Amino acid sequence: WPAKMIQAILVFNNHGKPRLVRFYQRFPEEIQQQIVRETFHLVLKQDDNICNFLEGGSLIGGSDYKLIYRHYATLYFVFCVDSSESELGILDLIQVFVETLDKCFENVCELDLIFHMDKVHYILQEVVMGGMVLETNMNEIVAQIEAQNRLEKSEGGLSAAPARAVSAVKNINLPEIPRNINIGDLNIKVPNLSQFV
Amino acid sequence: MALKMVKGSIDRMFDKNLQDLVRGIRNHKEDEAKYISQCIDEIKQELKQDNIAVKANAVCKLTYLQMLGYDISWAAFNIIEVMSASKFTFKRIGYLAASQCFHEGTDVIMLTTNQIRKDLSSPSQYDTGVALTGLSCFVTPDLARDLANDIMTLMSHTKPYIRKKAVLIMYKVFLKYPESLRPAFPRLKEKLEDPDPGVQSAAVNVICELARRNPKNYLSLAPLFFKLMTSSTNNWVLIKIIKLFGALTPLEPRLGKKLIEPLTNLIHSTSAMSLLYECVNTVIAVLISLSSGMPNHSASIQLCVQKLRILIEDSDQNLKYLGLLAMSKILRTHPKSVQAHKDLVLQCLDDKDESIRLRALDLLYGMVSKKNLVEIVKKLMSHVDKAEGTTYRDELLTKIIDICSQCNYQHITNFQWYISVLVELTRLEGTRHGHLIAAQMLDVAIRVKAIRKFAVSQMSALLDRAHLVASSTQRNGICEVLYAAAWICGEFSEHLQEPQQTLEAMLRPKVTTLPGHIQAVYVQNVVKLYAAILQQKEQAAEPEAAQDVTQLMVERLPQFVQSADLEVQERASCILQLVKHIQKLQAKDVPVAEEVSALFAGELNPVAPKAQKKVPVPEGLDLDAWINEPPSDSESEDEKPKAIFHEEEQRHVKQRQPEADEEELARRREARKQEQANNPFYIKSSPSPQKRYQDLPGVEHIPVVQIDLSVPLKVPGMPASDQYVKLEEERRQRQRLEKDRKKKKKKDKERKGRARRRGSLLSESDEDVAPAQQVDIVTEEMPENALPSDEDDKDPNDPYRALDIDLDRPLADSEKLPVQKHRNADTSKSPEKEHVPVTEKKPKKPKKKEKKLREKEKQPREKEREKEGKEEKPGEDLDFWLSTTPLSAVPPAPEEPGANAVIAAAQEEGEEARREEPADEAEDDDERDPEKKPSKHKKKKHKKEKEERSKDKKKPKKKKPASDGAAEPVENGALDEDPLPVRARVQLLPLG
Repeated sequence: WPAKMIQAILVFNNHGKPRLVRFYQRFPEEIQQQIVRETFHLVLKQDDNICNFLEGGSLIGGSDYKLIYRHYATLYFVFCVDSSESELGILDLIQVFVETLDKCFENVCELDLIFHMDKVHYILQEVVMGGMVLETNMNEIVAQIEAQNRLEKSEGGLSAAPARAVSAVKNINLPEIPRNINIGDLNIKVPNLSQFV
Repeated sequence: MALKMVKGSIDRMFDKNLQDLVRGIRNHKEDEAKYISQCIDEIKQELKQDNIAVKANAVCKLTYLQMLGYDISWAAFNIIEVMSASKFTFKRIGYLAASQCFHEGTDVIMLTTNQIRKDLSSPSQYDTGVALTGLSCFVTPDLARDLANDIMTLMSHTKPYIRKKAVLIMYKVFLKYPESLRPAFPRLKEKLEDPDPGVQSAAVNVICELARRNPKNYLSLAPLFFKLMTSSTNNWVLIKIIKLFGALTPLEPRLGKKLIEPLTNLIHSTSAMSLLYECVNTVIAVLISLSSGMPNHSASIQLCVQKLRILIEDSDQNLKYLGLLAMSKILRTHPKSVQAHKDLVLQCLDDKDESIRLRALDLLYGMVSKKNLVEIVKKLMSHVDKAEGTTYRDELLTKIIDICSQCNYQHITNFQWYISVLVELTRLEGTRHGHLIAAQMLDVAIRVKAIRKFAVSQMSALLDRAHLVASSTQRNGICEVLYAAAWICGEFSEHLQEPQQTLEAMLRPKVTTLPGHIQAVYVQNVVKLYAAILQQKEQAAEPEAAQDVTQLMVERLPQFVQSADLEVQERASCILQLVKHIQKLQAKDVPVAEEVSALFAGELNPVAPKAQKKVPVPEGLDLDAWINEPPSDSESEDEKPKAIFHEEEQRHVKQRQPEADEEELARRREARKQEQANNPFYIKSSPSPQKRYQDLPGVEHIPVVQIDLSVPLKVPGMPASDQYVKLEEERRQRQRLEKDRKKKKKKDKERKGRARRRGSLLSESDEDVAPAQQVDIVTEEMPENALPSDEDDKDPNDPYRALDIDLDRPLADSEKLPVQKHRNADTSKSPEKEHVPVTEKKPKKPKKKEKKLREKEKQPREKEREKEGKEEKPGEDLDFWLSTTPLSAVPPAPEEPGANAVIAAAQEEGEEARREEPADEAEDDDERDPEKKPSKHKKKKHKKEKEERSKDKKKPKKKKPASDGAAEPVENGALDEDPLPVRARVQLLPLG
């Protein structure tokens, strides 16, 4: 049963590739994918200069629910909300979310979302919690994100661990090299840009 | 040991992290599934290791794979392990994964209770925050019950960051564990006046959502919300409150009266479109709730309609859409105000955006009048031709029918025109709504007697062209109209010009390709036609012709006998047999027409769809009572049913007799007669239905006037509704001229009524348009004293029903939230555990003496508050508040126990703050201060904000002219209308 004011937040690109999938109601994974696809086809049909509200997505919610979306460059940000939310308010909220991403990633682009899905989630968690609007003041959101990033940094972070490990290896000068090194994975390839345009 | 750790780090070094995984997937476009399954194998290995960093990394990757559609619930236990990591970095990963994949069916979820409780009471606010966020996504009834008290305690945490999350998650807790609502509600209510805007906003959010589902329990909060509405400058908060008032006003019209002025002021003053829009919406709701009681709000309606017009005229499609949406709400109660903007709505019908067009269509429904119906439908018909998608076209079709048929066809002045429209609609390809058109054709033909001749001529033409309608498989939706056409031609066959031709059309072999239920109607109505033809031929003394028709029937009916559809087969074989019998009689020159016609004698009357349901149960009749003695077990069951029935009747009468005296019996007889007369299913020796209706009470208003056909019945060629438009115009022109002539005469006589008439002249009101044909629209039959419309069936599974709880009743001891002391001995160290739920009368013993003292101070106050609450019943309090004049923006505080409670609570808050951070105290005090003076203790940033806020606060009180749209500073950037260009500003650009 629908108990959520915001039932789902979906971010996907112009080709329908999901970049963030956040449901506030339980759907099995394959249904989630189906909803993403259906939503993508719904918004894709819309011209850009057409209103940002869509009624009657069949999979989520029902008649009380609306899709409210915005299209930025290569990405669609879609919120599925019920009638307790103000339509214009949610449009503004999407803007707040995107601007926050922009601040946190410093000129956010689709690649940031691709490679840092976890961070995008953490940012979203400061905006929407359990399907309810938590905070709309961007400065407050950014401040909390930064404080948590600092905390993570002070703990050494997740990404810092390999670096320390590498230096540990160097110091020990270990003769044998672990077996499964996949050079291809260590190589940081510059992603093919053309796909994002 | 050290070596082991180093080795762990080395392994770690070569694990893929999230970025590697993403990159890898992108490099394996061709065999993505294979690559991912390989990665999942690696992840499984990583999860087996002891190193929590390795596990966290693995879980992080799993979260990514979950987004791609992979089920990761198999790792639930590992996710819990990561959740319980001591480092925030890992904990956060764990909770994120849990929030993405845990749900009520996850069995390991019950293992999390203690871990979550520990995190909730962690000294680090971000551990607590992360746990709250995660919990908000996967809270189960068990978790809600076990953690409700912990979360409630967090609502008074020193950090606003935690407070707002705790407040918000309470909504989820209430839903899963409704028993927590009453104990937690007082504290939640306090948070409405929390000094932190974020916490306040969260509380408003939760209470509004609760109230939206069960508004009546929250009426007593109206004064508090009113105060917030007139003092808050946070647009999010305002929008929520204003939306809430929209839900409350239908319950309490006096509230609406109070709201009108502040809302109107907001409409004038705000520059945020979202706020303006919600204000308009709530004013509309208020006006709807007042519409019966208070007549004099035309100014407010005008204001709303004006503002909405501005929205609709805006180039922003979103505003246009919302404007139309709100307009349709006004339409329901104040159609006149909206009708003035018909031009705008018609213009929107041409919009390229389908959402806009659909909304405009909705509005049209209420805008039609006798005068403009033909014109509007003509416009819609032209859209039908142009429409590309079938969805939109079907929508148009239903709207045309809705518009025309609304209120018992009250806007239709010319039914020939309407039948032509319906016939034109049958040319629509691929519509799903053939049955709608069919239903209309039937309804009009049955109920508008004057139109039957015309309808029959059109329907027979339709039957003649049936091959067009039914030919392509795509059009099968439309073939439903043949059902209506066949029935109308059969039932009203006396009006047919060429019955024989129609009969032949109905017996064509092609008919057998139609759906079964339509063929069945064909077969049945063929006989009606046949009967009519027989009669005709016999009267004309043409026995050969009559025999020819019979022969035709005998030849053609077998094709239906062979039908695969049982209904068709049965009817056809029955009728074939009958016709063969007639043939024999005809051969002997026996006149048969009379008897065949007798098969279909009498009229069929329209019966309202719910008539049966609405027959009232007669007084003194208990439907559940035994009519006779309950059957004994020994009674054998194979007795003849008829005998039982007969016996029953007799016994029934016998039993009753001794009880009822003569008078009672007479009364009952009378009642029965009445009942029978009104029972649509009771076959009566019917005079014409018209007469009967006139005898009934309450139907005098139905116009039954002589038919005055000024329009020729037969329109040459194909029916085109357009022809009627022209005819109609000419007719009206004539009418108007005549009227003007009359008016001139009258003018000299009475000059007083002039002003009024002039107004009606300008707009040529409905009353001026006399219908072309006066028609008797037969009302559908309804039993007398029909029961009021059946109640909406409430959904027994509605989760919000459990939350329909009286919140004003004082809390009983038994309702307190369970406190789980035995499990978390260590939690009392944390600061937030010191706060004791307000509702708990026996607070946990504080450890320090100092605290004890404070508690003592606190308690009398609490008791006082309780007393107050008991003395003043909330209902009376609300009555008082509602009866006071709405002029003052801030309602008289002393009258509300709510406000007192909040102030007391805020003091507690202050005390707590003193214990924690003395510097904060002053801040809190200032925040609480109703005048909101800027504080010296404040950081500069805060100060600035506050000044802005206090400036803002004064503004809404002054009435500003609507034109003064100068952007005022709004605290909340989110809703600040000062526009962030919608799409352009944030460039999500590919890397260059």
